[in-house]
Amino acid sequence: MKLTNHAKIELPAIVGNEGFARAAVAAFCTPLSPSLEEINDIKTAVSEAVTNVIVHAYPGSSGMVHIEVAVYDDNVITITVTDDGVGLFDVAQAKKPFYTTKSAEEHSGMGFTIMEAFMDELDVRSEQGRGTAVMMRKTIKQHA
Amino acid sequence: MEFSNTIKNDVMIISLNGELDEKSAAATREYLDDKIKRHLCGKIILDFKKVGFMDSTGIGVLLGRYKKITDNGAELCVTNLNAQIDKVFRISGLYQIIKAV
Repeated sequence: MKLTNHAKIELPAIVGNEGFARAAVAAFCTPLSPSLEEINDIKTAVSEAVTNVIVHAYPGSSGMVHIEVAVYDDNVITITVTDDGVGLFDVAQAKKPFYTTKSAEEHSGMGFTIMEAFMDELDVRSEQGRGTAVMMRKTIKQHA
Repeated sequence: MEFSNTIKNDVMIISLNGELDEKSAAATREYLDDKIKRHLCGKIILDFKKVGFMDSTGIGVLLGRYKKITDNGAELCVTNLNAQIDKVFRISGLYQIIKAV
């Protein structure tokens, strides 16, 4: 696969930046002519990944969200959302539907389930005290 | 997020206008809880016609309100979901407890 385009976005992990992040990634992917459903899938998955960082990565402190978008062969998009935060205690458990450490704040625990369903591939790596990396991949279908 | 509501024949329709995500969750929760508390209608319909986007933060907001509304013996429904929000509802199984009308 040949890298044909890429972008990096860095922004503080603060509430409100999830809206900019999903709109920016969607705008970057627009030249690939995705369908409306494909662009909405990407927006939703990015919103989930960035919201996770905002809500969970830096308890009681501040930090950054790093987003990297890469395009291969003009139709495969990879999106990597990383942080330098506290990390996940148990990745497999975090990915289970409705699992949340913040049920009192009414978080649904559906973020990873939605990322998995809306993208073709999801890979989550995390190290406690070092941070988390969420990698997602989607192939844009050729539209007539 | 902006809100408006109408009440007719024991049905309250609440219209939402904006995007339902982490940024708007607190205000949405506060508005809906206030309306649920003030007006004990048998049916509450959330109109999503002017909601362009919702992520799983919205699922949490809706589940929380669902619990309060059904604890009061009332019913919560949604209407006018766009394709993106419909997909979030389908994937999460929200339709199993919150009907679209």
